[in-house]
Amino acid sequence: MAAPLTHTLDSLTVGDEIATATYQLDRGNLVRYAGASGDFNAIHYRDDIAAEVGLPGVLAHGMLTMGLSVQPVVEWIGDPGRVRDYQVKFTRPVVVDPRTGATVTVAAKVGAVDVEAQTARVDLTVTYEDATVLGKAQVVLSFA
Amino acid sequence: MAVNPELVGRHFPPTAPYLVGREKVREFSRAVLATHPINLDPSAAQAAGYSDVVAPPTFAVVIQEGTLAQLLNEPGSGIELTRIVHGSQQFSYTRPIVAGDELIAQLAVESVKTLAGNALVTAVSTITDAAGEHVCTATSMLVVGGDN
Repeated sequence: MAAPLTHTLDSLTVGDEIATATYQLDRGNLVRYAGASGDFNAIHYRDDIAAEVGLPGVLAHGMLTMGLSVQPVVEWIGDPGRVRDYQVKFTRPVVVDPRTGATVTVAAKVGAVDVEAQTARVDLTVTYEDATVLGKAQVVLSFA
Repeated sequence: MAVNPELVGRHFPPTAPYLVGREKVREFSRAVLATHPINLDPSAAQAAGYSDVVAPPTFAVVIQEGTLAQLLNEPGSGIELTRIVHGSQQFSYTRPIVAGDELIAQLAVESVKTLAGNALVTAVSTITDAAGEHVCTATSMLVVGGDN
């Protein structure tokens, strides 16, 4: 029950960069994610409340950053159903300017290959304003 | 108020069944900028062997949210929404979530640790389907700020 594989496990080498992507976020993306996810915390859409709690501005939902960062890997493997495990640490916020938004870049590299388990671990580097915003961002894909 | 250490090991009651709708999966997919046809197009999903559109890997947070609400609403937990920062998140799947699934989630507080005046709360939500089979374990580490 999965789409045919476009890549095989034995074609992967640890360290290979398999995908990159750049995402331009604006406030509309945050409103859309709030509605779709049910996370209506006002720090994700109100400048005054973000300022009151001491934030540098309205922040993207961490779960939005996590959600979009795996998409280049899904495109590469060709099936969202092959993601067995996905974890991140939220290390730095993404501030979304009301006019200019925020640009988030994702680079995905092969982190480990497990032939016995028929899985590959893909490590993500997710960057905003020249600093990483996610730590230990790892995706485990099933090749079984 | 400090986070109540007696939360550790507590198992909360399962959430009410959540029926995963096709349009909800498509809406969530668009919100996380997912463009793969298996997320959006039922015929593409069926061609790949799925019964309906497949949810993006982070969709389980929608089901998990009901369990975190239980934690926040627990009297005496010492956990207030305004003092929480999301520290980390993990989803571990047995199988992907597909439109048509009816899912429940059950919360357990795995640990409460203190670090630099903050409490680190690890909440583990186990998501199962209508047959009682495991679908996903969603684990959140929440950093709860201490009293100022």
